[in-house]
Amino acid sequence: MRSEPAVTTLVPTMATVEAVRRELDDTVTLSLALSEPSLTPTPGQFAMLWAPGVGEVAISYSGVGDGSRVDHTIRDVGATTRALTTCEPGAELGSRGPFGRGWDLSRLPGRRLLIIAGGLGLAPLRPVVEAATAGTLGTSSAQLLVGARSPDAMLYRDEISTHWASLEPQLTVDHATDTWKGGVGPVTIALGSAIGDPATVEAIVCGPEIMMRVVARELMDRDVAPDAIQVSLERNMQCGVARCGHCQLGPLFTCVDGPVLRWDEAEPLLAVRER
Amino acid sequence: MSDSGATAALPDPAAVSLAIADLDRLISTLRDDGRVVIGPTTRDSVMTLDEIAGAGQLPRGWLDEQSPGKYRATPSETATAFAHGPPSMSWKRFLHEERTLVISTSRTNGAMVIDPAPAAPEKPLAFFGIQACDLAAIGVLDVALADDAAYRRRRDDLLVVAASCTDSVATCFCVSAGTGPRPGPLADIVLTELADGSLIADARTERGAAVLTRAGLDTAATEADCRSAAALVDAAAARQTRHLDTEAIARAAAAPDDVGWDAVAERCLTCGNCTMVCPTCFCTSISDQTRLDDGCAERWQIWASCFSLDFAYVHGGSVRTSPTSRYRQWYLHKLVTWHDQFDSSGCVGCGRCITWCPTGIDITEAITS
Repeated sequence: MRSEPAVTTLVPTMATVEAVRRELDDTVTLSLALSEPSLTPTPGQFAMLWAPGVGEVAISYSGVGDGSRVDHTIRDVGATTRALTTCEPGAELGSRGPFGRGWDLSRLPGRRLLIIAGGLGLAPLRPVVEAATAGTLGTSSAQLLVGARSPDAMLYRDEISTHWASLEPQLTVDHATDTWKGGVGPVTIALGSAIGDPATVEAIVCGPEIMMRVVARELMDRDVAPDAIQVSLERNMQCGVARCGHCQLGPLFTCVDGPVLRWDEAEPLLAVRER
Repeated sequence: MSDSGATAALPDPAAVSLAIADLDRLISTLRDDGRVVIGPTTRDSVMTLDEIAGAGQLPRGWLDEQSPGKYRATPSETATAFAHGPPSMSWKRFLHEERTLVISTSRTNGAMVIDPAPAAPEKPLAFFGIQACDLAAIGVLDVALADDAAYRRRRDDLLVVAASCTDSVATCFCVSAGTGPRPGPLADIVLTELADGSLIADARTERGAAVLTRAGLDTAATEADCRSAAALVDAAAARQTRHLDTEAIARAAAAPDDVGWDAVAERCLTCGNCTMVCPTCFCTSISDQTRLDDGCAERWQIWASCFSLDFAYVHGGSVRTSPTSRYRQWYLHKLVTWHDQFDSSGCVGCGRCITWCPTGIDITEAITS
């Protein structure tokens, strides 16, 4: 049987945009104040954000706050995300959530945490990165690996170089510029030096599906167990409550059984083409 | 559904006998209770479902023929109203409507306010003449849509007068699906029609018995009639030739990429007819509509089909672009992963997807080749 969602409503709560921070040319972070507090989100969970009259879209929390104030980092890729990313402070939106299964942080105490992000995949990892920086996860050590297409497509660069510097960030880009000082190539080029003792590693990975496959394969080649790798899957989500059917992946409703899956759960499902 | 097999017992000794004219008393009693009675009726030479006010609207004197990609209903000399295959549309649209308003917005002192869709006072429904496969489908939807308030509201108020099947069309496979031809446990009353159009009514619940009593229907059915009725239903079961290929289904479940879908892929038009007529397909999309007069918005939940290209769209493209992958998703969900999600099969054996597929793709044969 499927997981039972904690939130089952299709009715959004109104939220006010308190701040808009431009992250990249096409990406902003909205700080929202909810008119009625939701359950406090777990990092890795998502909300259905509603641009009234345009549409609703699943966006992960990039700041989990206390359920009254949350952050979402959103890229403009279509009509609904266009409406969301062009909001001004004071704008009214709808929000439903939190939905889905977030990162399993209970596995982290005593382990070496690798946070591995590709592109916008850093957004759902941001609450984990901040907790790791604050030292509240109980890990023995933690490191951040971030890949992006180019330096100007790398999310949260200021935070990476300042607040998150204690995580010894390893940055790579596909296409470097003259002034780029990080690595060039896929994010996996930094894995070799980051893993250490593979038996102690817990990897939390988020990025395009192809990037997560490559990272997971590389981790397993270096003897990290598949159940010590967590990934977050993207599927078409319209209800968030396992009712609309769009997000099905084999036996799973990604919206309640995911989006976070362990690699031993995800790999056989993703091995079937176009599933 | 254990009592629905082909060799089930005779109707209960307390079963009552109905003449054709008694059907009007039964329908009137349900209507007098304030119910909207939905039943099979013939429209444009197709047996469909609609509100009925009397037994005269039932498809008495019509026979239907169904086969892959083909449906014909024709007038005949028959005295029966219930000896037909599954009506064109399933009963789900009365419980899980094609379009349901989810929310609308209004403005109060300039601020946007969300108004959940009002739980409009609706008359409770009575399903009259629902067949075993379609009744089983309601049991399936009860699980899948357990959290859907609009569904639950209609479902909780529903009264069910089911009809045993005394005929099978060529596309029927309820025996193989384990759902018929005898109606399962969700019925309040089960009717079984004899060849001359008279019926036996068997109350399965107290409220079903109460309806029969209020309708003044208390003539005990004779044992001979009960035997005739049971024989007709057994004969209907025996006429079914299609069955689910459990071995092929298990093969597809174990290795979705390794079974042959090519024969289906060559014919599937991805039109979505199968999902529309399927009594258990429940998927929906949610869509915004803005009102031009006051700039307020409404959100509607609308039936969706996993055969449409944008059903599994994520930024950058659809997860399932090929027709094969979309057919495979529907097939494996219906017959395999439904078990994982809802502890039952999603297929009840009504055969509508076979009849209404424009190219006659047959779910019982899809991957046996």
